[in-house]
Amino acid sequence: MAEISELVAADRDTFRTGTLQRHKMTRAQWEQAAGDAARGYVTLLSLWATRSAVHMALMEPNSRGVGILSLENRRAEFPSVARLHPPAQRLERSITDLFGLAPQGAEDTRPWLDHGAWGITTPLAKARPREARQPDYDFLPVIGEGLHQVPVGPVHAGIIEPGHFRFSAQGETVVRLEERLGYTHKGIDRLMQGATVARGAMLAQRCSGDSTVAYGWAYAQATEAAQGVTPPPRALWLRAIMAELERLANHLNDIGAICNDAAFALMPALCSPLREKVMRGCDAAFGHRFMRDAIVPGGVARDLERDGRQALEAVVDEVRRGFEPIVELYDNRPSLLARTVGTGRLRGDLARQFAAGGYIGRASGRDFDLRRDLPYAPYDRLTFKIPVREEGDVDARIWIRIEEVRQSLHMLDQLLGGLPAGDIQAPPGPGNAPGEGLGLVEGFRGDVLVWVALDARGRIRRCHMRDPSWFQWPLLEAVIEDNIIADFPLCNKSFNCSYSGVDL
Amino acid sequence: MKTMLLKALTGKPLTEAAPAQSGLDELGMTLGLQARRRLGRSLAIRQVDAGSCNACELEIQATGNPVYDLDRFGLHFVASPRHADVLLVTGPVTRNMEVALRRTYDAMANPKWVVAAGDCAIDGGCFAGSYAVLDGCAAVLPVDVTIPGCPPKPAEILRALVALMQRADKTS
Repeated sequence: MAEISELVAADRDTFRTGTLQRHKMTRAQWEQAAGDAARGYVTLLSLWATRSAVHMALMEPNSRGVGILSLENRRAEFPSVARLHPPAQRLERSITDLFGLAPQGAEDTRPWLDHGAWGITTPLAKARPREARQPDYDFLPVIGEGLHQVPVGPVHAGIIEPGHFRFSAQGETVVRLEERLGYTHKGIDRLMQGATVARGAMLAQRCSGDSTVAYGWAYAQATEAAQGVTPPPRALWLRAIMAELERLANHLNDIGAICNDAAFALMPALCSPLREKVMRGCDAAFGHRFMRDAIVPGGVARDLERDGRQALEAVVDEVRRGFEPIVELYDNRPSLLARTVGTGRLRGDLARQFAAGGYIGRASGRDFDLRRDLPYAPYDRLTFKIPVREEGDVDARIWIRIEEVRQSLHMLDQLLGGLPAGDIQAPPGPGNAPGEGLGLVEGFRGDVLVWVALDARGRIRRCHMRDPSWFQWPLLEAVIEDNIIADFPLCNKSFNCSYSGVDL
Repeated sequence: MKTMLLKALTGKPLTEAAPAQSGLDELGMTLGLQARRRLGRSLAIRQVDAGSCNACELEIQATGNPVYDLDRFGLHFVASPRHADVLLVTGPVTRNMEVALRRTYDAMANPKWVVAAGDCAIDGGCFAGSYAVLDGCAAVLPVDVTIPGCPPKPAEILRALVALMQRADKTS
């Protein structure tokens, strides 16, 4: 039996260039793969199901090969991955809710996405009407003296997404936080089934609004790989311009918002107008503030005209001038730093175990960024640095974002200056043929993964989208331990995980 | 920081003054008059995300930034539904959020209004027909004003709240 890591490493050359062959596993091999993920020989990128099989995407960290392993299941069950590798747990519970497949040996078999409100069960398999009322959700018990519980949500005090947090606290100190998500579950996976590639693109760009471009691009990569289509260089450069603008807008907004949760209102007052400038620049250049539906499979929907380019150059200029005084303000405010330094510390080993993407992983020493480590055009042509810090606290996550703002501005200079001429759409492919493809794009929050399988009519048989937050949310539970409840908003905002992206 | 504050005191405000195209100034006037009569110059808004993709939330948040500054119109967001005059709903209303949305509405005192913001909240948008959504806010609550867009722009959100004030005035 070939070693799992060798199998995955061998796919280094085929990933990003076309259809990725899935490796069929025996049960023993599947379990070995789960164990290898737990031992750190391979990195678990995602876990999902189709009607007749379960699949996992793995990366071999040295060679940076990416491969997909599949296990056919005829008996509606599969060996649990989470039993050996906890980061798979919520993905596994979602598989049970959507497909009715039971992970054998799993410790936590509580439902995740299914709150008992759909009227049906297992909507992606043979959906059945729900007969019995779903029992109340059992939060994990906390035992000890003087403990009390604080339930928060799903409706929160601010203008944010819905989710439930159950704090068990001793006095002010949090002993355990348990998250209960799934409130924004829209059934996107089933809407995708049978949809045209174009409608799929529309849905993909509405999974998590703040990551519209990242999703649009990852989905486009997946369908292009499945159909053997190569977008022209200009289209790829335009996609990168959009992706860096998106990163810029989100980082600017969140740097201010994190400080707002430490009651330092001057930071958002300075950051949000810069974010507004970026959003208006996007609108002027690409016709939409979030650049929705600007990326289409095969290229981009609209070219960047001269006016738009000038507008973006002006935005880059203004943000660059406006940003550095804000950084100085943050760095010289001891009262603010007293709240962020040492708060919400994420241990490096946890960040690596969960393969935490984006600023969350990079603030805890996980030196990984798809733009450099699994590069896709045009990032292979740009010069940029990936900031990494070891402290893992709120302050470190802010500094990673500050540095990423600078790097994005630097990349936008290069992208706007070196934009190649030419078409913005690939010529139509050879026609419809069944195919599968994988897309991986570095969004502002981390790596977005999209896997798509097309049928002979060119329609979507199954589309799986894995938001970076799948592997970040569980870490927030670990981070808040031993912090005070009052610091939760600060920790939460410094993570800024997506609810909609994981609820789908 | 001293220079920053000094600049803020002596410089021009970031808030867009009398933007003729967007009609923000005119909007402030209308809202001022209506709000004074009906609600003592202020309107408290409770926002509930009933399954949106979070783009609507980002634009609603933006209405409070110094560029749009919704506070100058007497509009403000409140944490508790008990303090709210308006329920601002986004998202297609997922079945998993139905109960929470109803309870939030029930907790509000009369008179109260419901605003459905974004295409999803109006009729489910691109998620309509899914087993997991109720195809818009009207399936659960009486909707007074809708704000189309995916997502609606901050200026459009402000403008729609004026329309609501006008209607509130007529029905009083």
